Amino acid sequence: MDAAESRADPGPRGQRFELLHFAFHNSKLVIGLTVVLAFLLLAIVGPWLTDATPFEFGHPTGQGPSSENWLGTTAPGQDVYAQFVHGLRSSFIVGALAACVAAGLGMAIGFIGGYLGGAIDEILSMVTNIVLVIPTLAVLIIVSAYLSVGSLTSEAILIGLTSWPWAARAIRAQTFSLRAREFVSLARLSGQGTTKVIVQEIAPNMSSYLFLTFILLFGGSVLTAATLDFLGLGPSQVMSLGLMMNTAVSNAALQLGLWWWFIPPGIGITAIVGGLYVMNVGLDEVFNPRLRST
Amino acid sequence: MSLAVDNLRVYYRTLRGDVRALDGVTFTVADEEIMGLAGESGCGKTTLGKSLIRLDGRMRVVEGTVRLDGVELPLTADGAMNAFRFREVSIVPQYAMSALNPIRKIGRMVSEVLDSRGVSYDETLPELSRRLALVGLDDSVLERYPIELSGGMKQRVVMVFSTLLNPSLLIADELTSALDVSTQKAVAEMLVEFRDRGFVKSMIVISHDLSILYQLADTILVMYAGKLVEKASASEITEDPRHPYTQLLLASLPEVGVRFAEQRLSGIPGRPPSLLNPPSGCRFRARCPLAFEKCAEDPPFVEIEPGRFAACWKVSA
Amino acid sequence: MNRYLLRKSVLYLLTFFVAVTIDFAIPRLMPGNPIDGLISRIRADSTASQELHGYFTESFGLDQPLWEQYLNFWRGLAHGDLGPSIAYVGSSVSELIWAALPYTLALLVPAILLSYIAGNRVGALAARRKVLDNTVLPVAYVLTATPYVWLALVLAYVLAFQLGIFPVSGAYDFSQQPAWTWEFVRSFLAHWFLPFLTLFLVAFGGWAIGMRNLIIYELESEYANYLQALGAPSKLVRKYAYGNAVLPQMSGLALALGAVVGGALVTEIVFGYPGIGTLIIDALQNRDYFLLQGVFLLIIVGVLIANFIVDIAYVIVDPRTRAGIQGS
Repeated sequence: MDAAESRADPGPRGQRFELLHFAFHNSKLVIGLTVVLAFLLLAIVGPWLTDATPFEFGHPTGQGPSSENWLGTTAPGQDVYAQFVHGLRSSFIVGALAACVAAGLGMAIGFIGGYLGGAIDEILSMVTNIVLVIPTLAVLIIVSAYLSVGSLTSEAILIGLTSWPWAARAIRAQTFSLRAREFVSLARLSGQGTTKVIVQEIAPNMSSYLFLTFILLFGGSVLTAATLDFLGLGPSQVMSLGLMMNTAVSNAALQLGLWWWFIPPGIGITAIVGGLYVMNVGLDEVFNPRLRST
Repeated sequence: MSLAVDNLRVYYRTLRGDVRALDGVTFTVADEEIMGLAGESGCGKTTLGKSLIRLDGRMRVVEGTVRLDGVELPLTADGAMNAFRFREVSIVPQYAMSALNPIRKIGRMVSEVLDSRGVSYDETLPELSRRLALVGLDDSVLERYPIELSGGMKQRVVMVFSTLLNPSLLIADELTSALDVSTQKAVAEMLVEFRDRGFVKSMIVISHDLSILYQLADTILVMYAGKLVEKASASEITEDPRHPYTQLLLASLPEVGVRFAEQRLSGIPGRPPSLLNPPSGCRFRARCPLAFEKCAEDPPFVEIEPGRFAACWKVSA
Repeated sequence: MNRYLLRKSVLYLLTFFVAVTIDFAIPRLMPGNPIDGLISRIRADSTASQELHGYFTESFGLDQPLWEQYLNFWRGLAHGDLGPSIAYVGSSVSELIWAALPYTLALLVPAILLSYIAGNRVGALAARRKVLDNTVLPVAYVLTATPYVWLALVLAYVLAFQLGIFPVSGAYDFSQQPAWTWEFVRSFLAHWFLPFLTLFLVAFGGWAIGMRNLIIYELESEYANYLQALGAPSKLVRKYAYGNAVLPQMSGLALALGAVVGGALVTEIVFGYPGIGTLIIDALQNRDYFLLQGVFLLIIVGVLIANFIVDIAYVIVDPRTRAGIQGS
């Protein structure tokens, strides 16, 4: 902000208040957050609202939504609602876990490369670029084919291990620019070790950026997981939204017109990922005053 | 009168209210006068410079008129103001080194802008070459991309380009802040030469550096907290400042050859007031060593001697 | 050669090397033996299966030491030999890939190009008209958040199954043979349209959003401010902003290629389109390791080539890379 505006700067406590004020008034953030939280609520509470479990048979076959089966039933007689809410749970779990893995790796590599520079940075950048260029889906297909993913955790780890390069690059770029700032130089002059400087000086100043990165990774992971599950490469014993679509297609749901089987899973994914993306935009505006539209 | 500014008030909109960056300034700049505009950061000098050519998103003109060569400038009407920009009023911005489109050859950018303003590039080219040579660049610069030039070269290109249509008024915003001392001198001399050769009629040079203004300006206008404080010729300001603020400002400048042990630098204790809710009366009152009861009333900016203006009860008494 | 392109070439060669090695290593590091899988499919009796096991192991070269297999792998690559297919016994992997590749390219190339161009234009428009921005942007966000799979399903269900406007699967009608006849082309296009549309829509959303943000950023840049201070018409300012915004967008293109390829694969599966995607599914279901390896390699090579093309285009468009100076 220029000199005239710095006169209006309210100081740290006031800044936090201002942030919250902007946050609540930012329509994108509010809408995105609401959608995501709504589905999260559904994922947590939904399964308790029904006795049916996702894999059990015995329901009427291929019926549309009714008062007993709120989202209808699958061709072989399973409850779609139960599958849907359990699938939502899986999406959130995999998304969050994979994002953690990717963010963790991305931060480690991005911070170290960006801060230390030199040969280490060159090597890390090369590694990052190599993994970045290789299409994630191809790798995941190959690996999942052989590894037969058994649980959500392993699926999440797998996804995380292939989506970190993008985060690493972004974090590295930010670290570069922060490294040149005075407070970092001060810290280094006072003899603080590398890890300390990164953890105590650089990371906190990037906290908003890291948060935004995490949200984008979350959304991306949910999408990737859906595709993997659809290809039958996800855990087969755990219900997921992609798996629903997979079974629907192989059970001729398209031909039979059982739209309630494959439409809801996609709506769930689109809503969660869309909500996350929109939240991301809103948060960006809240954190960066320059982007605000007034 | 080349430029006549009358009671100009420009405020910045913020969440917490209006920041009164420019709170009623009135002054004139004569034909062929180079006026330096000095003051601390946040005093309103950049706001003044910007408002004369293009308001940015959050600025609004609350009151006041600006007349250039007798014609009122439509400051708030962006479209109408366009007719004046570049031709009558021009600016060499603070960010001159990054003002050129990085993916266009310089010559091409110049020709595209000129064409868009209805000026023939081919006809202007000879004059453009002459002026480039004047600042020590040759025509090959037009075939280069900005990235191929040094910072100083880019700044000179912008100086030549901004004055190409011989504007009546040129605003030079913090031209020398990013330069080393010898380059500063070269740029200052270039500006004076532009005026002497008639490329520009009058100039407002904005700088927080009084020493540079002393070298190139005819008159210096000092601002403080959005208001005018003193205006006089450059030599009068530096040798015989009247307003307490100007005096303290000059006293806080280090002198070459004087060692710290012999003479301590005096600053001005305190900080400038907030412009969100500026205090009533003289804005310098809180920090002024000469303040007395009358200062609770806002001192007008009056002529205390022929050609000298000041806003201070002590001085105008 | 240009420094920038040189660095990129080194990167791609390294990546290729790494990818081939991964491709080679994974099947051999995984539990299970591909020969076992093959034999169980043939369902030979125990004595015959012993012999078959030896035969196949030898013919696939799996009895040789690892490093020799690795070298043979590279040699085979140099000859374009990717091994035999297990799922489609009798065909070589290269044959299968050659047959399926044109269909995938027919989807990918137009989808990528058209969505990129259209997305950029619309994004740029949205950046300067508030009305357009408020309508286009939410739609774009929904599109980019939509999984390719699901959009494919929805389009297939509504437009093909329910409304019968488009055919349901395959690349062309059963009655047709590939030929340059009008009927074949019509049939081909009818089958091609929905998968193409799926890819186009999702990718379009991403580009539109990206471009819109970039344009907004460029419109606030210092050169834009200077132009406006000089009274240049907004048309010129927008033109300059667009030119500058295209550059990071191009880098984005290279990054997004991998994602679109993934999308194409699953879209083909939904529509039963005989491209690489369908090959993959068959390979997965039949544990055809050679086919999987070959397809993986193909995808990597394809993406690397595409990246390189984009890099060349980038050098042409951005004078800063040509000047060879890394910023002032």
